[in-house]
Amino acid sequence: MIRVELLRRDNPSRALRLLSPLIGLSLALITGAIMFSLMGKNPAAALYVYFIEPLTEAWSVHELLIKAAPLILMGAGLSICYLSNNWNIGAEGQFIMGALAGSIFPVLFTDFQNPMVLPLMFIFAVAGGALWAGIPALLKARFNTNEILVSLMLVYVAERILDYLVRGPWRNPGGMNFPESVRFHSYARVPEIMPWDGRANLGIVIAILVAIALWFMLSRTLKGFEVKVIGASPRAGRFAGFSSKGMIFFSFLVAGGCAGLAGIIEVAGASAQLRPIISPGYGFTAIIVAFLGRLNPLGAIAAGLILALTYLGGEAAQISLQISDKASRVFQGTLLLYILACDTLIHYRIRFSRKPAAKGIEQAAASSEQQPPAAERAV
Amino acid sequence: MKQLLPILAAATALSLTLTPVAFAQQDTAHACFVYVGSHTDGGWSQAHDLARLEMEEHFGGAVTSTFVENVSEAASAGTIERLARSGCDIIFTTSFGFMDPTLEVAERFPDIKFEHATGYKTADNMAAYNSRFYEGRYIQGQIAASISETGIAGYIASFPIPEVVQGINAFILGAQTVNPDFSLRVVWVNSWYDPGAEADAAKVLMDQGVDILTQHTDSTAPMQEAAARGIKAFGQALDMIEAGPETQLTAIIDSWAPYYIERVQAVLDGTWESAEIWHGLPEGILTMAPYTNMPDDVAAMAAETEEAIRSGTLHPFTGPIARQDGSEWLAEGEIADDGTLLSMNFYVQGVDDQLPE
Amino acid sequence: MELTLAILLTIITAATPLLLAATGELVVERSGVLNLGVEGMMIMGAVGGFVMAYLTGNPLLGIAFAVLLGMAMALLFGFLVLTFATNQYATGLALTILGLGLAALIGEGFVGRAGIRPPNLYIPGISDIPFIGPLLFGRDVLFYISITLVAGVMWFLFRTRQGLTLRAIGDNHHSAHALGIKVIRYRYLAVLFGGACAGLAGAHLSLVYTPQWSENMTAGRGWIALALVVFASWRPLRVLAGAYLFGAVSIGQLHAQAIGIAIPSQALSALPYVATIIVLVIISQNRRLTMINTPASLGKSFVPDR
Repeated sequence: MIRVELLRRDNPSRALRLLSPLIGLSLALITGAIMFSLMGKNPAAALYVYFIEPLTEAWSVHELLIKAAPLILMGAGLSICYLSNNWNIGAEGQFIMGALAGSIFPVLFTDFQNPMVLPLMFIFAVAGGALWAGIPALLKARFNTNEILVSLMLVYVAERILDYLVRGPWRNPGGMNFPESVRFHSYARVPEIMPWDGRANLGIVIAILVAIALWFMLSRTLKGFEVKVIGASPRAGRFAGFSSKGMIFFSFLVAGGCAGLAGIIEVAGASAQLRPIISPGYGFTAIIVAFLGRLNPLGAIAAGLILALTYLGGEAAQISLQISDKASRVFQGTLLLYILACDTLIHYRIRFSRKPAAKGIEQAAASSEQQPPAAERAV
Repeated sequence: MKQLLPILAAATALSLTLTPVAFAQQDTAHACFVYVGSHTDGGWSQAHDLARLEMEEHFGGAVTSTFVENVSEAASAGTIERLARSGCDIIFTTSFGFMDPTLEVAERFPDIKFEHATGYKTADNMAAYNSRFYEGRYIQGQIAASISETGIAGYIASFPIPEVVQGINAFILGAQTVNPDFSLRVVWVNSWYDPGAEADAAKVLMDQGVDILTQHTDSTAPMQEAAARGIKAFGQALDMIEAGPETQLTAIIDSWAPYYIERVQAVLDGTWESAEIWHGLPEGILTMAPYTNMPDDVAAMAAETEEAIRSGTLHPFTGPIARQDGSEWLAEGEIADDGTLLSMNFYVQGVDDQLPE
Repeated sequence: MELTLAILLTIITAATPLLLAATGELVVERSGVLNLGVEGMMIMGAVGGFVMAYLTGNPLLGIAFAVLLGMAMALLFGFLVLTFATNQYATGLALTILGLGLAALIGEGFVGRAGIRPPNLYIPGISDIPFIGPLLFGRDVLFYISITLVAGVMWFLFRTRQGLTLRAIGDNHHSAHALGIKVIRYRYLAVLFGGACAGLAGAHLSLVYTPQWSENMTAGRGWIALALVVFASWRPLRVLAGAYLFGAVSIGQLHAQAIGIAIPSQALSALPYVATIIVLVIISQNRRLTMINTPASLGKSFVPDR
């Protein structure tokens, strides 16, 4: 029987650190090609339609940027959470609450129309998303409550709050009692950057700036060092005098704020109104973005663009090749699994052997002396 | 790369031949559809897809069609635009949430015809179409009141929007023509399609003593639960007789095919015009599944009502009708106007539920 | 009496899939592994169970196939997390995303088809006893499996040597390894058991709960199962109580609606989730209780050194 063994590298491989997402992506592409062949489609044509065709026209690139903006923002924010070992998987809910908080102005104060509106909407959205993320943070810091579950449950709650508002108090009075808010007035819209050939708006610029700022914070400031130390080893963080409770709040509020900003950019940008559904699952896809970007906010920019491309490619493949949209979802899942597996290569060498793995109390005891804290690796 | 070139060339050729010419006859047309659910969802989107296939077959090879499914109402404008640029002559967007995105894209593509289902906005190149589902609900109400022993029916509702409120009201009005004291219990499951929640709602309603179930949600789960307890139920969107051979009384069937054929024909003839269309039983956009599992006299009564609605001698919303609080809505002989119906958000007397304000 | 019985039966149906999946996940977590992919394994079980039962006409074969698919997903998870030492949180999330997509793809041609319910138990005489009969002796096979599993897991964890070993691994995999225990092998078995249970839960959804297949029919139940394990502070009997409590809350809100209580339906349908959060807070507030039962190496990777 062939055994797979992991041998810890003395130093994490620098080359693989950059290469691993690319290896993962290539493996996912190969798997995708096999899957399309099995579905009776020409794999080359399918991959072309998925990954190249959406980039061949200007308007379509604009659509790519519209979809990438929320993914980059949320992916970059979530990176901070995951790096510091805080498992926020409720960005979708924070996105919704940010959008709701920001929409207070164009929906409830329709007469308040001046250039101050949009900045105020952004501020409220950041606050709304951060506050919603603050709930799991508070519960984790104060009561040690599992943040994965709380942040996820709050997604369902946020969805219902949105649903209630657009079907009830925030319904457009002139909209025949259909579930949608008024359309936002022009001061409350995120301006388009190149309106002559597409719909892309300032959102993508904001997203990239925020990602760069987060990257700077992580790599050049003490706070960033704190994030990484606490994430790698809470014990070491305590010795260094860092507060892991403070870090819970910091990471959740940053991620929640980013998600809230993404929410308002989506509704004040592409949609221009609130509807019962305002996100096609961006908050969950952003989790893939964070990992595909190797928890580096700059990586999240590239990863956000790639995943936005899979959305567009999925549609293009339906239109021109009648490939089911479920295939895109399978592709997203396999992509993430490959990326994770390839990450292992950075820290370990893989050895395939025929003999049974070393075992026995003597060897194990001998080796436990130089036991590295592998268990506490963040990724 | 070599293999790709012929494909690209073919795609370009296709889009060239299909470039629409305004108000001129054409030999072929390409019709495109946007679905909110999966084309095999067993309900709303599948009904549209069956109609698409029927339409394609009707025209032989002259009309081709394609669809995009599971399109989120959150971000549909890009999808509609991609279709508009892929050589469609006419694009049907089949969910209310697509209304404003459709309008937005329609403004950019004046030569392409857009058709939006269940909304109220139109443009020179964008029509709105809908079905008077409530006509079928009225017939269901009459059947329910004739058959029920407990005098209570259960209504599994999706979302409080005018279309659903119309249905609830029409159902109770129909029932009251047979049994003035008939009552209705409503449970909102906050979904158009969630078999688990629909089954739970069905069981809860049956536990509370209803002996007829009707649903404004799309899965067959309530029908299965009704069958398991041996009570009767009504199907929705498609004929659900397979899920309850001894349970289904009738079903409201969305039959969009005649409409799709008519509109695509208009594109071929160069006679397409924007319109706001609200068809029902008379035009065949809505049909009733066979009246089964009921005594002959009830089936005869139902068929008679159906015929009266089809011929225009009966309108379900004809006065006198009181609102839920007892105040008068329609006077004797008065017929509700379409504007009020389309934006309906109040109950008539006899409904035992509160609408969200 | 009739009404009470009817409500209890509805609650049992709502609780059983949660109980099945949570019991499996409890064993996984006791071994120190956190599998967030319950939803993905469950949906694969649901589609597998439905498709097999539909094609063969035999619901029991469907259940068996659901177990198999649940275990296949768990094996994939185990391979990545145990052999490749990938991050458990991220791998579990990926498993859920993959499972939901794959199941939708497999089940595409089966939406709207009528499935086959496995027959309920019927013992002449006993099943006819009023109230008790239908409640305890007239249920479906998965109900009995779920109860048996809880009892079996209690016995295994706290009454057998292997159960003790499993818990030891969950508490400190380094010490366990030093004592010569095959940490990875134990964890593989625990993860596979969790997959099998999630598969059973999926089969319950597509064969018993609503005998049909539809996309996303798990509707977040895998996540609720994960919450129940924490809620139960890793004790099997408390998982049982939690599952039934959650079932009662979700059914109760529908009864409140049907009676005509004037609360927005959105608020009522958010109730189970809010209740989950509140209970999680109450449970986790009791630090001593959680400290005793929480597997200390939960969620941490383990690479055996040579």
